[in-house]
Amino acid sequence: MMEHLAVIQVLLPLLAAPLCLILGRSFGCWLLATLVSWLSFIVSLFLLAQVNETGLISYAVGGWEPPWGIEIRVDKVSAFVLLIVTGISSVVLPYAKQSVTYEIETSLQPLFYTAHLLCLTGLIGIVITGDAFNLFVFLEISSLSTYTLVSLSSDRRSLTAAYRYLVMGTIGATFILIGVGMLYMKTGTLNMLDLSERIPGLGDSRTIKTALAFIIVGVSLKLALFPLHLWMPNAYAYAPSAVSAFLAATATKVAVYVLLRFIFSVFGSAFVFEHMGMGFILLILAVIAVFAGSISAAFQKNIKKLLAYSSVAQIGYIMIGISFATTLGLSASIMHLFNHALMKGALFMALGAVFLRMGSVHIDAFRGLGRQMPFTMAAFTIGGLSLIGVPLTVGFISKWYLVSAALNNDNWLVAGLILVGSLLAVIYIWRVVEVAYFQKAVGDRQVKEAPMSLLVPMWVLVIANVYFGIDTTFTVGNATEAAQWLMQQNHKLPATEVVGVRP
Amino acid sequence: MSLILAYYNYWIVVLLMMAGFYIVIASSNLVKKIVGLNIFQTSVFIFYISMGKVEGGTAPIIMDGDVIYSNPLPHVLILTAIVVGVATTALGLALVVRIKRAYNTVEEDEIDERDELT
Repeated sequence: MMEHLAVIQVLLPLLAAPLCLILGRSFGCWLLATLVSWLSFIVSLFLLAQVNETGLISYAVGGWEPPWGIEIRVDKVSAFVLLIVTGISSVVLPYAKQSVTYEIETSLQPLFYTAHLLCLTGLIGIVITGDAFNLFVFLEISSLSTYTLVSLSSDRRSLTAAYRYLVMGTIGATFILIGVGMLYMKTGTLNMLDLSERIPGLGDSRTIKTALAFIIVGVSLKLALFPLHLWMPNAYAYAPSAVSAFLAATATKVAVYVLLRFIFSVFGSAFVFEHMGMGFILLILAVIAVFAGSISAAFQKNIKKLLAYSSVAQIGYIMIGISFATTLGLSASIMHLFNHALMKGALFMALGAVFLRMGSVHIDAFRGLGRQMPFTMAAFTIGGLSLIGVPLTVGFISKWYLVSAALNNDNWLVAGLILVGSLLAVIYIWRVVEVAYFQKAVGDRQVKEAPMSLLVPMWVLVIANVYFGIDTTFTVGNATEAAQWLMQQNHKLPATEVVGVRP
Repeated sequence: MSLILAYYNYWIVVLLMMAGFYIVIASSNLVKKIVGLNIFQTSVFIFYISMGKVEGGTAPIIMDGDVIYSNPLPHVLILTAIVVGVATTALGLALVVRIKRAYNTVEEDEIDERDELT
């Protein structure tokens, strides 16, 4: 049982998804999806513990040994990202119950849970696979279900948002497919470990360079790196609230993970950063993303769109850390993956609660909500403070490490720009807080506080925001180990240390 | 000239890819965009299939004597990618059907106009 944990992680949601469709009742589906999600969270905790003990889990799917079969490979980075994905899903699903009942038609609700489970399958699969083509397949599973999830909202603009997301996402995935094909052409393998061993021997091959270009552009489309972010604001703004919370916290994070995998495990950081000089290009785009995202956010009237633009900026911070190509920068980025998932999850959940009571997330709907929905708005404010990077919240921890990584590189300019970017976050969060706390509600509108089933998951994330902002041993420790693992050129461990079955 | 002839299948790939990409960007009709996307994906299928071809190789079925085989793996891979492509097309067209119902048009500029009115 224990040695099969890695594959169980993918199988659980994959098998539960069609069951959900057969059940066809929204309550049963919700129960099944929530249980499966919690189970996968527990499995991912076990995997993290196993990886911390042994360093690596390698599992041959179906007993076909790599490189002939597909290899599942869980290392420190993937175990950490797995924890984020399954954790957020486990918090979002209990929340989804009431939010989905309000926002999605009854007949479509079982579809929501099915698509959510499929999306979870895809995201988990991307993270644990050790095979480049398998990664593409899981990427498409998660993307196709994401398009469905976005289009389920009753707002008709979600349809065009989903359509645009589909077009952009498919182009991105096809680019990755071309890149993987070129790698296969030169190396004759799809296993990531074999790829990493053979690519350095090919030296200055133009095919490999083209493959790198295709893969970087394709993944950047998926993770919404400026200027390829255009699909994101509408998709997040018009999707159902539970979907926005889940996607904002996980989908882009997994795309960042794919980028890390390809840069550090497949091509090798020396090739990407020293030989091809990608670091500088990524740094420039990331800094522009921080400013373009934050400034656009400051002008939005739809608060969900505001948060989506802020996500563009946050992706910028993550990319800044990666572009330094140092252990310190990388650990700051991986830490921010975790921290950003916590804060954006909490913020989007607060918006979902506002939508449930007010039927709108326009800035005018927030007037006087500070008094009428005190717990929701307090959650929003703490999440916002975390987004800005105020001490005692997780946002501060990631900004702190990011700035020290910049200073460590003697890059004073970037360190300064990160701080200015945080000030821009103050502007757009303050707009909402000001309206909610210092303006009177229109007329004598009576609004009740959001129900407990929404408040509890929301506050779980808010408390996590504060807790991991004070006790940083878990995040900093795991992120640093993951970063060190990625920076090591040689991923091969002695055969005795590799656990897992190779029948 | 020999460069064109020797790699003519790859030139077709590039041509199809650019044609498909152009349709996706330039067309404002949502159905045409999906067709463009399809052509774009098909070019990648041809790319994979061409690279599995080994000069003088036959179908990979075990036979007596020294026979050179073509590489079957890219062909198998592309079967998966074709399935993914079909699924994407189906989902895209389903979205277009729902957009048509909601907006009564499949032209992008008209949809934008109607969104601005509300």
